[in-house]
Amino acid sequence: MTTITHPASPPAAAVQQRVGPLDAVRHTLTLAWRSLVQIRHNPMELGDLSLQPLMFVALFAYVFGGAIAGSPKAFLQFGLAGIICQNALFLTMNTGVAVNNDITKGVFDRFRSLPIARSAPLAGRIAADVVRQVWSMAILLGVGTLLGFRVLTNPVSVLGAVLLLLVFTCAFSWLPVLVAMLVDEPEKVMMLGFVVVFPLTFASSAFVPVSTMPGWMQAWVAVNPATLLVDAVRGLLVGGAVAAPALGALAWAAAIGAVCAPLALRAFRRRS
Amino acid sequence: MDNTIEAHGLVKRFGATTALDGVDLAARTGTVLAVLGPNGAGKTTAVRILATLLQPDEGRALVGGYDVVAQAQQVRRLIALTGQYAAVDESLTGVENLLMLGRLLGQSRAAARRRAAELLEQFSLADAGGRAVKTYSGGMRRRLDLAASLVGRPRVLYLDEPTTGLDPRARSDLWEVIRDLTGDGVTVLLTTQYMEEADQLADDVVVIDRGRVVAVGTPDQLKAQVGRQVLRVSPVSAADVPAVARVVTDLSGVAPEVTRDAVSAQVSDPGLPPAVLQRLTDADVAVAELSLRKPSLDEVFFALTGHHTDDNDDWSAVA
Repeated sequence: MTTITHPASPPAAAVQQRVGPLDAVRHTLTLAWRSLVQIRHNPMELGDLSLQPLMFVALFAYVFGGAIAGSPKAFLQFGLAGIICQNALFLTMNTGVAVNNDITKGVFDRFRSLPIARSAPLAGRIAADVVRQVWSMAILLGVGTLLGFRVLTNPVSVLGAVLLLLVFTCAFSWLPVLVAMLVDEPEKVMMLGFVVVFPLTFASSAFVPVSTMPGWMQAWVAVNPATLLVDAVRGLLVGGAVAAPALGALAWAAAIGAVCAPLALRAFRRRS
Repeated sequence: MDNTIEAHGLVKRFGATTALDGVDLAARTGTVLAVLGPNGAGKTTAVRILATLLQPDEGRALVGGYDVVAQAQQVRRLIALTGQYAAVDESLTGVENLLMLGRLLGQSRAAARRRAAELLEQFSLADAGGRAVKTYSGGMRRRLDLAASLVGRPRVLYLDEPTTGLDPRARSDLWEVIRDLTGDGVTVLLTTQYMEEADQLADDVVVIDRGRVVAVGTPDQLKAQVGRQVLRVSPVSAADVPAVARVVTDLSGVAPEVTRDAVSAQVSDPGLPPAVLQRLTDADVAVAELSLRKPSLDEVFFALTGHHTDDNDDWSAVA
């Protein structure tokens, strides 16, 4: 076993120290595959991804729709963008739960002891999350359309809405990931969904016209990142101002990512 | 013989706590090195440094000739790690877990499949391979975890308390696997709290306590160093304890440990127990128990460090 102790011709450290970009992509895809195969063995998650959005659309349209907008159909035309945004933000909680699971169960340590790209575990998760997000947006749009929602813009705008949502949720998911680094149980990450995503999305322009709210709340709603995101997505789906709210939403996304990502990475280093 | 693992003066601090305080250790190629110590001694910290998961504050370590900090990626090509808990993805099946690792290690789809089937067979998991891991028993998870470590045929294997929480049967199965591996030239570093485990498996043992190495040697050398066996005498009447203590002191020449109802002392002379019994019989002291046994890990510790294992602060949270 002398070959191991004294490598016959020690390769230049710099050459082997880095993982090639092609290999990094392969590692990322393998880990994205892993994250998606999980769904097959986890009916709960399939429910999160498919049933929950379906129920939200039906409940909002048929329970509140008439009272808010006069008819379920009229409500969807206004509120589907809000439902899509709320659902997208809730899905980011799953990212935090998964990260926490991997760390507490030691799976992350195993990945980190493998000769793979350092970025692959996180990049793989992000890639899989994009698939999850697109899947549940498609369900929401599909079900909405069945119940009477109509896209009034064009396919390019719809694509723009999807892209905006993906960029925003990628950045926003650093918040649940940060919390995942700080807590000891995945359930505590889910709490974040209730204390942050609920107030954020309900106290916004997602479901009702802002003009019906008290003045002090309107002041918050105007700067609320969820409002900006919802307004932009709504504009892209059914028409209306897009540029200003989209830029505002992207600014918020950049800010959330810029604050939470370094904190999350720091917390991770401390934790290990 | 060459050392596959070599660490010199490893120091690691977590805030005000010093988890490792200058640890040296070496594992010869193709042998088992046991790192023995109580909870919080720094065993896990040492393993995490050798597995490139943590960087030492001072000192350096070489694995297969590569520096664990400067050449971490090369080290990762040689090693595999099995931690205290089964680090497998519970949402995946056994096969999927192994396939994922095979693919990450650069195996082709077909090769990864073959290797997964081979390992599941070897670890008696072939029937359960298609089930999600969350349906596995604790012992099955551990076996899958070890199988997962072997996917890439590592040359160096770290086992961090691999048998904690396993039943005796599963434990001896695992020992068998570890022996087979060293037969193939794999170097194993094993941490354990069990003297027996070190005794069964290790070619060399490093005893660490509070972040320092307190003893190094083969299991036999260590036992000889700790020495003696433990004589315990318990009289029928607690009132006779002082009399028993006098006799034991007299005959063994050491100060025994005296409790409410028993006297124990470390002894090396095999003729001592009958002599003690004879003296006590002569003195009309009725004896309820007289036993001679090997030292427990706690007593080994006591002999090596002068304190009991549970005197340690609880460092397990950081180590």
